[in-house]
Amino acid sequence: MVATDTPTGVPQSVPALLARNVAAMGSKPAYREKEFGIWQSWSWAEAAQEIDAIALGLLALGVARGDHVAIIGRNRPALYWSMVAAQKVGAVPVPLYQDAVAEEMAYVLEHCFARFVICGDQEQVDKVLEVQERVPQIEHIIYQDARGLRKYDHTKLHSLASVQAEGRAAQERLGRELAARTAELDFDATCVMLYTSGTTGKPKGVVLSNRNIIMTAKASSEFDRLRADDEVLAYLPMAWVGDFIFSIGQAYWTGFCVNCPESAETLLIDLREIGPTYYFAPPRVFETLLTSVMIRMEDAGTLKRRLFQYFLNHAKVVGPKMLDGKPVGMLDRLTYQLGNLLIIGPLKNTLGMSRIRVGYTAGEAIGPEIFDFYRALGINLKQLYGQTEASVFITQQPDHEVRPDTVGVPSPGVEIRIAENGEVYYRSPGVFVEYYKNSEATASTKDAEGWVATGDAGFIEEGTGHLRIIDRAKDVGKMADGRLFAPKYVENKLKFFPNILEAVVFGNGRQMCTAFINIDLTAVGNWAERNNIAYGSYQELAGHPRVLDMIQSHVEEVNRSVSVDDMLSGCQVHRFLILHKELDADDGELTRTRKVRRRIIEEKFADLIEAMYGGKREQYTETEVTYEDGRKGRISATLQIRDAATVGGTQDRRVAAE
Amino acid sequence: MLDAKSKSFTTADGRTIGPVVMEMRNITLRFGGVVAIKDISFDIREGEIRAIIGPNGAGKSSMLNVISGFYNPQEGEVIYRGAKRPPMRPYQVARQGIARTFQNIALFDGMSVLDNIMTGRLNHMKASIFDQAFWWGRAQREEVENRRKAEEVIDFLQIQNIRKTPVGRLPYGLKKRVELARALVAEPSILLLDEPMAGMNVEEKEDMSRFILDVNDEFGTTIVLIEHDMGVVMDLSDRVVVMDYGRKIGDGTPDEVRRNQEVIDAYLGVAHD
Repeated sequence: MVATDTPTGVPQSVPALLARNVAAMGSKPAYREKEFGIWQSWSWAEAAQEIDAIALGLLALGVARGDHVAIIGRNRPALYWSMVAAQKVGAVPVPLYQDAVAEEMAYVLEHCFARFVICGDQEQVDKVLEVQERVPQIEHIIYQDARGLRKYDHTKLHSLASVQAEGRAAQERLGRELAARTAELDFDATCVMLYTSGTTGKPKGVVLSNRNIIMTAKASSEFDRLRADDEVLAYLPMAWVGDFIFSIGQAYWTGFCVNCPESAETLLIDLREIGPTYYFAPPRVFETLLTSVMIRMEDAGTLKRRLFQYFLNHAKVVGPKMLDGKPVGMLDRLTYQLGNLLIIGPLKNTLGMSRIRVGYTAGEAIGPEIFDFYRALGINLKQLYGQTEASVFITQQPDHEVRPDTVGVPSPGVEIRIAENGEVYYRSPGVFVEYYKNSEATASTKDAEGWVATGDAGFIEEGTGHLRIIDRAKDVGKMADGRLFAPKYVENKLKFFPNILEAVVFGNGRQMCTAFINIDLTAVGNWAERNNIAYGSYQELAGHPRVLDMIQSHVEEVNRSVSVDDMLSGCQVHRFLILHKELDADDGELTRTRKVRRRIIEEKFADLIEAMYGGKREQYTETEVTYEDGRKGRISATLQIRDAATVGGTQDRRVAAE
Repeated sequence: MLDAKSKSFTTADGRTIGPVVMEMRNITLRFGGVVAIKDISFDIREGEIRAIIGPNGAGKSSMLNVISGFYNPQEGEVIYRGAKRPPMRPYQVARQGIARTFQNIALFDGMSVLDNIMTGRLNHMKASIFDQAFWWGRAQREEVENRRKAEEVIDFLQIQNIRKTPVGRLPYGLKKRVELARALVAEPSILLLDEPMAGMNVEEKEDMSRFILDVNDEFGTTIVLIEHDMGVVMDLSDRVVVMDYGRKIGDGTPDEVRRNQEVIDAYLGVAHD
C-alpha cells in the first residue's frame, strides 16, 4: 500500500524545511553564485529573507492560493528562491525549459493557466511577450536581469528587485497573511508541477506533492549518506525533475550548498573552482570530457603520454576494485598511489572531480569503457534509473556494487514488479499525484493500487537483485521459438564501438536476429586514412570489404558478450549489412532526437530485410533520399550481406521463462 | 529637425538624442603634400550612433584620429562641449572621456583578457607609485573598484568564460570584443570604433551589432564608428557622414545618404565621357 500516513517529526513542506534549516544552521552557506568574477554566497538565514521578500512581493501583486507561477531561466539562486516563495504563498511553481521555443512555452503556459511568470532575462521575457496573444491570462511578468529591458513597457513587467522591495515594504500589511498561507501547507499539498518533455504527443504536467519530494529526498539522501557540508553544482535545466530533487529536495533536506555557475560557457571553470562532492551528469557530458582529455593527451609530450598510458591502464584494473572494496595486492596499491600522485590526482583536479564522493549518471546507456574510465580514476560514479513520475528515484546503485550494465537495486521505499511482458512497474512514496488536467493519461499510467508503468522492459538479476533495463517495453518482442527479443540492448552494445554510429536489429517473430549497421564516417574515415584506404563517399566506404571485416569483428564480439546472458542469448546477430546511406531524420528514419523509428525503417528497407532472411549474399536496392534543401533524389547500391559467428547451439540456449 | 544644436529630440524607435557634443569645423589635415582631409565640417550629438563611411583611402581613419587627438589638423577647429579644443596629446583626449578601438587589434597578446581590460582603467588610477608598490591604502581601494568595473563590462559583453585566457589564444571575433571591453571600461562618454566588424563572419557581426546597440542603450554612450559593411552601417547608425578623397560628400540619416547621387556615384563609380 502507498503510505498515506504522515510521518512524525518530518517537516511537511519545503518552506517548513527551510525554516528548520534557518533554525539549525542559519549561518551556513545555502547558495552560491559566481557573479562579477566572485563567488557570492547566501546563508540559509539570508536566503530565507530573500525568499520572504519575494513571497511578500508576490502577495502584493495578488498571487492566489493554487495559482501556477511559471519560472523560466538558467540556474540562479533567485529563481530557486522564487520557486520556494511561490510555495510559501500557496501557489505552485512550474519551472519551464529555458531553451524551449516560444510555441512550446505557449502550450505549457496555456495548459497550466499561469497568471504570473518569473523570467531570468530579456530572452525569456521576449518569448513570453511573443505568445501573449495566446495566453492573455498572464497578468504579471517578473524578470531578474534588467539588461535590455529598460525601455520595455512596464505596466505588466516588474524587476524581481522591485518586487522584493515592494514585498519588504509590505511586511507589516501582508506578513500575517504570508505566515497563514505557509502554515496551511501540508504533506499532500502540491509541491511543484513539472512538464515531461514528451517524446510522443504534447507535454504532460506531472503534479508532485510535498510527500513525493520530501520522502524521496529523505530516502535518497540517507541512501548515499549526503551531508550538510556537501557541495553541488546546479547546472541542469531547472524544469527537469532531477534538478528539482538535487537542488531543492535533497539540498533542503540535508542542508547542503547549491552552487550556480556564472554562465553556461564557464561551467567547466566553475566546476573546477567549486569541486562538488555530489555530482550528476548525463552520459553525454562524461563522454565529451573523456574525449577532450584523450585528445589533449595525444598532443602531449612523449614522456607525459607514456606515463599517462601506463598509470591509466594500471588504474583501469585496480581502481574499480579498490572502489568496490575488493582485495588489492600491496604492490598494486603502491603503484596506484604513485599514479594518483603523478597523473590521476592532477587529472581529477583539472576536471573538477577531486572531491566527488557520490557521482551519478542516468538518462541513457553509458558506454562501459567511459564508465570504467571514471571509476578507474577513483571517482565513485554510479547509475540510477528514474522518471519524473517517480520523483526521480526508482533504482540506484549502492556503493561497492557498481556495474555499467545494471541500474542498481530498488531505492529505499520503492517496490518493483516485472509484468508478464517484461515491463517494469514501481510503487513508492515518490509516485506522482496525477497528470494535471489529464485524468485519462493518469489512469493509464498509474493503477488504483499505485503501481506505475515505466514503459521500459527489464528484469531483476538473480543473485544480485539488480535491475537491468533492456529496452522500451513496446519494442521488446519474442522470437519464433519464444526467446526474448530486445533490439535496443544489442544495438547499444553495437553502438559502443566508435566505428558504429547507428544499428537497427530485427528478429521479432523470426528464427534469428539480423542487423543494419551505419558506420561512423568520422571514426571509420580516420581509420581509412591511417590504413591508406581511398574512398569517395559514405557509400563507397560503407561497401569496402575491409570495413565489412572490421564491422564483422565488432558484431561477433557483441555476440560473444550477448551469449553470456541466458535470457538474451537469442538476440545474437546472425547476419548483417552496412547500409548505403546514413539514417536521417530528414528521411523520417530517426526522430529529431536521433532515436530509431523501427516501423518506418522496416517498411522502407523491406527488400533488404527479406534478402537477409532469404540467405542471399548480396542485394541490389534503390532508396529515396531527401537532401538538406528539401529536394529528393534516389540512390542505388548493391549491398553485401555478411554472416557473423554466433556462440552456443540452439539446444543449450535457455528459453526465457515467462 | 536637426538644426537646433542645443535641443534634444526623440528618434522614431524611441531613443533620445541629445544636443551637439562635438563639432568639427572646417578640418583640413595634410601629410606633406598629401591632403588627407579637406575642409570637413560635421557634428556629433550626445547619445547618437554616428557612422563615417567612404571608399578605401577616403580619409575615414584620419578623421577618427583627429577626433581622438592622435593627429592635430593644420586648419580648422574641434569644438568639444562648447569649447574649442587646443592641440592635445591622445592621453589628454582620453581623460576627457573619449575612448577608441583600433582597426588592427592593439591588445597585449601575452596578457589575460582581464589584465587587458584593466589597462583601460589607467586613467582612473590616481594612487602614487609608493602606494602601488606596497598595494596600500588608495591603491588597494582603487584596484577593488577597477576590478569591479572591469567585471561589470565582462558581464555585459558576456566574456566571463575567457576572463583568464591570454588574448593571443583567442579567435579574432573575441579579440575585437575584448578591445571593445577595454574601451568601455574607461567609462567613455564618446566611443570611437574603427571598423569594429572588419574580418568577422555573419554571426560575429550580429553579436557585435547587438553589443554596440546595447552599449548605446544601456550607458547612453555616444558612438562614432567607421565601417565598410553597408548593411551594418545603415541598420545601426542614426546619422552618417560620407567621405570620398578627403572630402565630405554626404551627411544625414541613412535614408538620406542612400538617396544622395554623389554617394551613389562614389560607391558605384561613374562613367567618364
